Amino acid sequence: MKKFLTTFGFWKVTAVAIITAGLYSTYVRFFHGLGASTNLTDQFPWGIWIGFDVLCGVGLAAGGFTLAAIVYIFNIKRFEPIIRPTILTAFLGYVLVIVGLMFDLGRPLQIWHAIIMWNPRSVMFEVAWCVMLYTTVLALEFSPVILERFHMTKTIKMVKRISIPLIILGVLLSTLHQSSLGSLYLIVPDKMYPLWYSAYMPVFFYTSAIAAGCAMIIFESFISSRAFKRGLELNLLTEISRVCVVMLGVYSIMKIVDLNDRHMFSLLLVPRFETYMFWAEVAVGVIIPFILFSQKKVRKSPNGLFIGASMVVVGFVMNRMNIAITGMEGWSGATYVPSFTEFMITMMIVTIGFVAFYFIAKYFPVFTHEEHHDGNEPAHAATAWKHDVESVSRRTAELQN
Amino acid sequence: MSTSKKALLIDLTLCVGCNACQLACKEVNHMPEPEKEEKALSVSAYTALDEYDGVFVRRMCQHCEDPTCASVCPVGAFTKMAEGPVVYDVEKCIGCRYCMQACPFQVPRYEWSSTYPRVQKCIFCHERLAQGLPTACSEACPTGATKFGDREELLKEAAERLAGEPDKYVQKIYGQQEVGGTSVFYISSVPFEQLGFKTTLQNTPLPQLTWNALSKIPGVVSVGGAMLFGIWWITNRREEVREVEREMRNQEHKNNGKNEVNS
Repeated sequence: MKKFLTTFGFWKVTAVAIITAGLYSTYVRFFHGLGASTNLTDQFPWGIWIGFDVLCGVGLAAGGFTLAAIVYIFNIKRFEPIIRPTILTAFLGYVLVIVGLMFDLGRPLQIWHAIIMWNPRSVMFEVAWCVMLYTTVLALEFSPVILERFHMTKTIKMVKRISIPLIILGVLLSTLHQSSLGSLYLIVPDKMYPLWYSAYMPVFFYTSAIAAGCAMIIFESFISSRAFKRGLELNLLTEISRVCVVMLGVYSIMKIVDLNDRHMFSLLLVPRFETYMFWAEVAVGVIIPFILFSQKKVRKSPNGLFIGASMVVVGFVMNRMNIAITGMEGWSGATYVPSFTEFMITMMIVTIGFVAFYFIAKYFPVFTHEEHHDGNEPAHAATAWKHDVESVSRRTAELQN
Repeated sequence: MSTSKKALLIDLTLCVGCNACQLACKEVNHMPEPEKEEKALSVSAYTALDEYDGVFVRRMCQHCEDPTCASVCPVGAFTKMAEGPVVYDVEKCIGCRYCMQACPFQVPRYEWSSTYPRVQKCIFCHERLAQGLPTACSEACPTGATKFGDREELLKEAAERLAGEPDKYVQKIYGQQEVGGTSVFYISSVPFEQLGFKTTLQNTPLPQLTWNALSKIPGVVSVGGAMLFGIWWITNRREEVREVEREMRNQEHKNNGKNEVNS
């Protein structure tokens, strides 16, 4: 067994196992219905496919618009080396949100209805349009990477010409979309536990998504640096962690003011499940990483950055799951634990995300700047045609000016 | 045919729990012959009786004046008709179940066992209403516990009943104010909170809560867009100026006969 694992690689075996179980679950979902494949009920109609796949998928993609704004709107060009992997993460995040939705929707083949059947009073309508438009924007933002691979200089030139309006549109759509996921829950003032329900949920969703998006940039850089044996843009990640800590601070202050305004401080000490989950979420996702990232020493250490960023990501996921599940269980009287099939489909979607990232980064010029950084050997796959790519991108840059 | 708003008045003190309403409802909606009484709302029971110590409470869609389900549906599958019914168009539905998540009365039911599921709930016999007929349940009710009529008149009658026997009735018409008012009113001799009614609901329609956020979109887009463009213009301009200055400096260096070039 051990030999088998080392021959094929632990991660490959895991990925194949998860995808196999996921495919079986997919069969159950589409051939036997939501009742057979999920633990959802009339009292509890939204489970982890909404709580994790959609809320977290979109939130963790927030690094895309944050970094795009930093590089192209604020013109802080030194962040350029990490823009491509970040946009790729965001794009894959959004594609996987759509995949997740296809599982969750009762009538997935009707998903296009939102294009022609409008209801502007519905937050879900806004969400649907943001997903459609922003996924398109992300695809365009990422397209130069694909086009470079095939030396389609003319098309790259066309895309670059509209790049600034595109980036601005992307930032606006993200702002709307991140906040609208919070707005979704504004309609359930009685159902959601008051530690989470607030008229300011849209703002909380937005700020926490930026913090988590920054953490994802750091997290993803670490994973890629190991997977592709490439250098780490440590200075840039240190600066990203500063953005992250500022957003965590802003989030905490708003959260404290909000709890105070609603006279909910006493709830923080009530001994019940929601309280424990709230404290766990806040400790893991906000308080501890805030303390860590506030220290220069941690921000400058690769391990410190990685631990802090991982905590922000985990805490963020806990927050969204608490809102979607923990916070909604009390009122509905239902307890919800995802079924095996629900869980495996979610795992499969996450795995597909990692695999897709790996292959796109391996065969397309996603990481192009590694030679500027410390001693580690560059990615082998990228080297073969890196020269071409760089000359093409240089040429396009010249053409643009 | 009048288009005045219709409603139901359900007097819990008159209900004997005979279940005739559910049977009539199933028949008129072409649902399979039931083997036994369904005790809770389901995809095959648009109405059902809950029992609390001998008091029967008829559950059904409240047909809100400003229905939460209609506001949240991304494709507008729910419509509030002029006469009061809130109806569902399965041809539009994409199955997101936001209506179920949002309904303050937890009414909509889902066909979980189907691979092409529908949302199911009371449709207030809107086809019968169009023919000038009352709802099937009110017609079947032997004691008059469910009464069909014009909304305003029923509200007046409910108030009269409360005033006529103040010792018997709890002085509240449930459904008159809840989430901005509904089309199904309950009066009772037992406090509503003891009968499984949600008594903490606000008196204004819930859709206002999401509209507060949605109505800010145009502002966010226009102000945000202008701001982002402004920032880009400034930073870009700064970059261009820097570029020109660099070139000028290089030019000077050349003129001075130096080979070194600032990079």
